[in-house]
Amino acid sequence: MKKLLSGNEAIALGAFHAGVMVGTAYPGTPSTEILETLATFEGPYVEWSTNEKVALEVGMGTAYGGARALVSMKHVGLNVAADPFFTLSYTGVGGGLVLISADDPGNHSSQNEQDNRHYARAAKVPMLEPSDSQEAYELTQLAFSISEQFDTPVLVRSTTRISHSRSVVEFEEREVVHRALPFVRNPQKRVMIPAHATPRHIAVEKRMQELESYSEEFPYNQMRINNTSLGIVSSGVAFQYAMEVFPHASYLKLGMSYPFPERLLRSFQSHVEKIAVVEELDPFLEDILRRFGVAPIGKQFFPGTGELNPDIVADSARQAGLLSDPPLSHATRPASFPLPGRPPGLCAGCPHTGAFYVLRDLGFYHSFDRPAITTRDKVLAGAKKSGLIISGDIGCYTLSVLPPLIAMDTQTCMGASIGVAIGLERAGIANKVVAVIGDSTFYHSGITGLIDAVYNQASTTVIILDNNSTAMTGYQGHPGTGISAKGHPMKVVDMEKLARGVGVEDVQVVNAFDIGTIKFAIRQCIERNEPSVIIVRGLCPSRSKQRGDQLGVDSNKCDGCGACLRLGCPAALRRDEKAWIDTSQCLGTVCALCQQVCPQTAIVLQTPAEVKA
Amino acid sequence: MKKIDLLLSGIGGQGVILASNILAEVAIGFNYDVKKSDTLGMAQRGGAVVSHIRLADKVKSPLVQKGNVDVLLSFERLEAGRWVEYLSREGYAIVNNQCVFPLSVSSGYEAYPSREQMEQLLETATQRVYFVDALSMAQEMGNQNVVNIIMLGFLSFLLPIDANTWESGIAVRVPPKFRELNLDAFRKGRSEAERMVGETSG
Repeated sequence: MKKLLSGNEAIALGAFHAGVMVGTAYPGTPSTEILETLATFEGPYVEWSTNEKVALEVGMGTAYGGARALVSMKHVGLNVAADPFFTLSYTGVGGGLVLISADDPGNHSSQNEQDNRHYARAAKVPMLEPSDSQEAYELTQLAFSISEQFDTPVLVRSTTRISHSRSVVEFEEREVVHRALPFVRNPQKRVMIPAHATPRHIAVEKRMQELESYSEEFPYNQMRINNTSLGIVSSGVAFQYAMEVFPHASYLKLGMSYPFPERLLRSFQSHVEKIAVVEELDPFLEDILRRFGVAPIGKQFFPGTGELNPDIVADSARQAGLLSDPPLSHATRPASFPLPGRPPGLCAGCPHTGAFYVLRDLGFYHSFDRPAITTRDKVLAGAKKSGLIISGDIGCYTLSVLPPLIAMDTQTCMGASIGVAIGLERAGIANKVVAVIGDSTFYHSGITGLIDAVYNQASTTVIILDNNSTAMTGYQGHPGTGISAKGHPMKVVDMEKLARGVGVEDVQVVNAFDIGTIKFAIRQCIERNEPSVIIVRGLCPSRSKQRGDQLGVDSNKCDGCGACLRLGCPAALRRDEKAWIDTSQCLGTVCALCQQVCPQTAIVLQTPAEVKA
Repeated sequence: MKKIDLLLSGIGGQGVILASNILAEVAIGFNYDVKKSDTLGMAQRGGAVVSHIRLADKVKSPLVQKGNVDVLLSFERLEAGRWVEYLSREGYAIVNNQCVFPLSVSSGYEAYPSREQMEQLLETATQRVYFVDALSMAQEMGNQNVVNIIMLGFLSFLLPIDANTWESGIAVRVPPKFRELNLDAFRKGRSEAERMVGETSG
């Protein structure tokens, strides 16, 4: 059978055909579709776990129980799951455990570009790197066998271009065999007290030596001798780019890039005149080659930041003197004619907009050097006031840092908003500080920060933006939604009760589309000397599809002040010096934020005749 | 078979990805090896979307190279301009003349390029530049959602895949209720290409 599959779909299919019994994940671009695809198959239990650490722990339990588990996450998710990951390497598995790390070179949708290949070396586990969907399918299946054969978790490292590009996968439909061995009691191997962990470390080192021999014979570690003047060592999607630029070179193509097959490299070295390493991000393979005394052409020419593509590989190769053909592109972009960008922003009817509009107002972020859009901006331009500091978090709402909202001061990783807010307060600065966090992120790792605020008696105000969805990654369920990964109803973990339960006495719920109430609540909470939680609740419009009665602008009343434009709503626009509402996007009275901020009351319900027109 | 590199560009919500999926499936049915890679930016609607699609006997990179693209099919005028450096000298730039203003334009701090500016820009790469009024064609058919299929119809005239393979490929990938509408849209796009491209290339 032949199908066009994304790398993520191919990974899920490979795991399914390998008889995986449990799939766990926390959504994160570019890994999300792995679990979503696995959820469409009949058989395996799948869950959106609270966070990546829990996902790996559930997978670990499954492996201890003798069944196969697939755990998937984005690169930064493995930081969260690193604690169990490192010690799982010591305990070994039982049933096969495959961890998929989907890295994001180029930062398409991430806070950093970390190269997770280093985790394989650090945690002493084997790593496979597919270079297209066919390999993603085949290597995922093999990863389960390797995991069981060597009693180790296996890291499969994908990247955005592998996970999200589609290529042809040939496979055979087959009877899926689910195999689960009984749980075997073995505390020496599974209870990592120091006395047990020390001998396990020795066992891990021995396992790595065995895996080194395995890597030499691994069928996806291939030497392809062609023109011998240049030999390229590569893995993952970088291999495809290299093949595009150097179709006639010789290759050492690595499907298992850790542990590295040294003897294969020696043999390759004897065949070719010089060696280049083409790899994305860090010089991971290059460093290994250098340890073996081989000095390749590598990161001194090929960039170590951002995503590669065939053009970048070709340009770098020209600089390295490996390629003499001139670039193909000949078009020129006239400098006099800039192309306006389309920066991402919050959607029309987004339940996060109102809260950030209020925060920006309270924060007086007018000292920013940016174009003044409104008359009020012009008046306030340059006026520096020490207002609120907004400690942000990860989700759609992080986009509030962009104009015109400009309402976020810090954002680093999942759940950090609350801890950072506590720290800012302890630094003794005069400003009031609020933490802003989404619902899914709050369950993921915000709750521990909130407990810290209660226990250590900080006066942090935590604003939870509750749109009842993990929206940024495509509306996945989380503990607050009570919807499973297969779409079935589950138990809801009540956010208010949770906040009260850990000891926050001041917990309020406000309507996300009521600016006055949001403002009142925030003003009240930041003055208090105790932790408080404001839950700003409203449904994600992309998901709820609700529309209210249509709003429009009364052009006689509108004086063009631009107050509505400061919401950054893509439906509130300017036309002929006045406000204008794009009714194809506007959700009308379901949202009505623009109506609330208009000082001229110029935004009004449209009559049926106007709606028709 | 000769390799064909394509870029499909547009705005989230215009059906760019659906169109590129249909193209990829049709090409596989025609015995091409296919790789495609979609970039959607961050999740929000209204963002720029681009889909790289490569057809050949055996495709390596999932991304196209600058100066190598045989057809740039843009579903929106401005979005065509971002990819001009990718066009080959003999490449076709097929641009739906529809404009979707970015927030920076609609709120008044940047200017949207005119048709003449865009034409001039694209002509620095190739002389084969065609503007299609796919939106008005779709509106005449009473359904704005078929813009993407009209554009596919236009594209089909330029590719060595026969119309029947295309039509059966489209028929199975759209809801039965809209099958006739979509096939009609495909044919309209194809005959528009025949009219515009057919007469210039003889």
